[in-house]
Amino acid sequence: MLLDAFTLGLGYNATLVTLGSALLGGAAGVCGTFLFLRKRALVSDAISHATLPGVALAFLVMVALGGDGRNLIGLMAGSALSAVLGLWLVQKLTRHTRLAEDAAIGAILSVFFGFGIVLLTVIQTMEAGKQAGLESFLLGATAGMLKSEALTIAIGGAMSLLAVLLLRRPMTMVAFDPEYASATGMNVSRIDMLTMMLVMAVTVVGLKIVGLILIVALLIIPPVAARFWSDNSDTVALLSGAIGAVAGYTGAALSASAPSMPTGALIVLSAALLFTFSLILSPRRGLVAAALRQLKYRDQVHMRQGLLAIALQQPIYERLTLNMLGKQGLLRADGVPTDLGRARAAKALLDEERWRALRTLPQFEAAAARYDGLTDLEQILTPDQLTEIDAHLNRPHGVPA
Amino acid sequence: MNAVSLAATSGTHVTEDLSKYAMAVRGLTVSYGGKPVVFSVDMSIPTGSMTAIIGPNGAGKSTTLKAALGILKPLSGHVTIFGQPLDQARQRVSYVPQRASVDWDFPTRVIDVVLMGLYRQVGLLKRFSPALRAKALDCLTRVGMEEFATRQIGQLSGGQQQRVFLARALAQDADLYLLDEPFAGVDAATERAIIAVLKDLQARGKTVVAVHHDLATVPAYFDRVFIINTRAIAEGPLDTAFTDRALQEAYGGRLSTNHIEGLAQVS
Amino acid sequence: MFGAEFVPLSLPPLVIGSLAAVACALPGNFLVLRRQALIGDAISHVVLPGIVLAFLVTGSLGTWPMMIGAAAAALVAVALIEAIRRIGGIEPGAAMGVVFTTLFAAGVLLLERSDTSSVHLDVEHALMGSLESLIWLDGTGWGSLFDPEALAYLPPELPRLAITLTIVALLTAIFWRPLKISTFDPGFAQVIGLPTTLIGLGLVSTAAMAAVAAFDAVGSIIVIAMFICPPAAARLMTNRLEIQILWSVLFAVLSATTGYILAGYGPLWLGADNTVSAAGMIATVAGLILGLAALFGPCRNRAGAPLGA
Repeated sequence: MLLDAFTLGLGYNATLVTLGSALLGGAAGVCGTFLFLRKRALVSDAISHATLPGVALAFLVMVALGGDGRNLIGLMAGSALSAVLGLWLVQKLTRHTRLAEDAAIGAILSVFFGFGIVLLTVIQTMEAGKQAGLESFLLGATAGMLKSEALTIAIGGAMSLLAVLLLRRPMTMVAFDPEYASATGMNVSRIDMLTMMLVMAVTVVGLKIVGLILIVALLIIPPVAARFWSDNSDTVALLSGAIGAVAGYTGAALSASAPSMPTGALIVLSAALLFTFSLILSPRRGLVAAALRQLKYRDQVHMRQGLLAIALQQPIYERLTLNMLGKQGLLRADGVPTDLGRARAAKALLDEERWRALRTLPQFEAAAARYDGLTDLEQILTPDQLTEIDAHLNRPHGVPA
Repeated sequence: MNAVSLAATSGTHVTEDLSKYAMAVRGLTVSYGGKPVVFSVDMSIPTGSMTAIIGPNGAGKSTTLKAALGILKPLSGHVTIFGQPLDQARQRVSYVPQRASVDWDFPTRVIDVVLMGLYRQVGLLKRFSPALRAKALDCLTRVGMEEFATRQIGQLSGGQQQRVFLARALAQDADLYLLDEPFAGVDAATERAIIAVLKDLQARGKTVVAVHHDLATVPAYFDRVFIINTRAIAEGPLDTAFTDRALQEAYGGRLSTNHIEGLAQVS
Repeated sequence: MFGAEFVPLSLPPLVIGSLAAVACALPGNFLVLRRQALIGDAISHVVLPGIVLAFLVTGSLGTWPMMIGAAAAALVAVALIEAIRRIGGIEPGAAMGVVFTTLFAAGVLLLERSDTSSVHLDVEHALMGSLESLIWLDGTGWGSLFDPEALAYLPPELPRLAITLTIVALLTAIFWRPLKISTFDPGFAQVIGLPTTLIGLGLVSTAAMAAVAAFDAVGSIIVIAMFICPPAAARLMTNRLEIQILWSVLFAVLSATTGYILAGYGPLWLGADNTVSAAGMIATVAGLILGLAALFGPCRNRAGAPLGA
């Protein structure tokens, strides 16, 4: 069953939904990257919660017009309209009042959602609303989906992915450096608006599968996970798209494989798994790597400072420094340096003095920028350059000791 | 760098007396993301002095101050205030943060900000006595802001905001005043008012340390400098530490020689 | 509407709704000023996995296991957000988004995969609460308010929220000065010796306590709305924190009562015969109040003086 699900062997609908989720996940991942780089990840939370009254109103309108209130395209159109209104109000509140964006987002998402719930309770009391199943928009559900709905989702996912890929370049530029983008003649606010429209498209297409409470996860988790692996915004966007697609595919396939498996939750948890993996194991910024690097760096700093203190005959206050010097046989237990300690200290001091001289010499300005307090100058410069610097070493300092 | 040079002969255990300094920093290193912003810095501020911390942008001026006060967590470092650890000397320290570091849209009045300086005297629940309120008003008067006492802080100009911060510091009745860029973005009148207050503090035996970015006014305002560019480059009275070579080392090619020569003549 | 059924049917939900609203609005004032408004959103989402886990562990839907489970989940979420933010260098909004969606998804999965059909535990309940069902059958009239025997049968949510609100209000009053100083100027607060990290954690824990106590009775929609809407509206009414708090309490009570009455009686007035969700209506009213404050509030604009002057 599980294998069938992953090889798309569970029938036409399930296959369409799985492919649609993968495409949608990819689109959400790429699109979310731009939100994330613009530090506006949670705007998507306001957008997604703001869809609920639109869904309910669209249902009411379609029923009032004598149609089937459950028409997915109609519901999607309604959700998009109310999402636009919510987004517009967030911007109004942020621009025209003293409220910060986070307060505006929180206010809009809770109020729209609350109003949507009011409308849902109205629908539940109606004859046509008894089997409306609009609650499925809260958490998403793919079970018992109509063929036309599955097709809509697959096409919607493909279209949003296409749109994101087409608009990738200008959005990258704006996300990476809005001022430069603006200077090259791009209309930053229009591109921001486009990004928001894409976020909305992803949200609306994803409502039925993932549900409006969790759809933000598809826009936030993949870019955050991808950020651990690269500093290049293009790579982050592509990687994020890939993570989103894998999560969408895995989650949808898993949920098709057994009853009472909530699709949205499984998609989000698949993404979260990839995120956790990145957080812990990424060699660049992962937990393990960062902890090791920090420890090593701290030891280097303390060693260097200890050696310099010995060389300059200054007292050492920090226990960690004393312990390290002692363990390496550089300092005796009574605080007096050993011969080895003195030799190492003299070498460290010489290096400091060389750096000091180097900084006053204009021809070494590029090298001076590489100073981190720990790298020996011998590792950066050629012997000839060192000789040149040493020639400046004995000049008397204008700085008093 | 080696501002404290000890007459200890090599081969013996070294100690020094830090209690003669209002603030002494030893081996302070702060890094962001594996790159040091401040590396192995020693700083010794004699009691009663008035010191400018200078250096190019991003050289670690504010970082040194913040790490010494425990606002940032240093990688290593030992700090004493009047010979004591910071925790035992807090009531003797007054800190004026960068003006831009707070949200001036915060819903509070000028006098309330000054009263924050008296927090240690009232604690959690005690009321501000009339005497303490009078003191807060007096501090506002000393910076020329008494008529703004009940204004909302967001209605103040940059210079007025800086004066309010200074009034709050005055209310603390400290012995050591540490100011982060007190002259950044303020009008000329405010700059004169602030420097007058600081000189008055020094005249009364207080110690003043300020992060400063305008080299031209250093000789007129301060009697000592601490020059930093990741490493401590020079520290001491103006005539020995505020030199061409030290400035050249700190600012590199970013400071024209003419500018430095001009400064050297002033000092 | 003030007929004989008012005391048993409408009074308890009105009081409970107001208590919950104020308990959330008080810490909300500081969360909004600290740009942490969405912490309330995150906390109310992770309440779900907390109670599901508590149910799976203890097998009961008792008050205490649920409260403890929810509180634990809230604290775990806050710790995770902080860890991801610091270690990964991820901006707080994104870190929050990762954590609360993941935990909420885990809660939904747990709920669907475990047998909770015998008990009243579902996502909708967690979202919408059951304010309408908190009735007081022993309260036969206004006189029952002075009848100890009848008072003993008040819905347990009422005393629970009264105690919660008392604690929240006391904490706010006692730690008023440290809260205010560390919210306005954290650097200064630290130098005068205030434990700013602890204060921040205390604030979030207080908010979590209010959220946990409130969500069972009124659902998480109200919790999120009350953390943010009344304080945000109050911020637009005044330039003094002390007065802002009073406005926020007023707005919270106004939203809770008006919202409840509109939900219960509004449809009747319009000729329909069913009530609508009280939780949703309370959030809607809170939003309308915020809208009015944004349009007409005397202090709605940012302070005028340019910063760099």
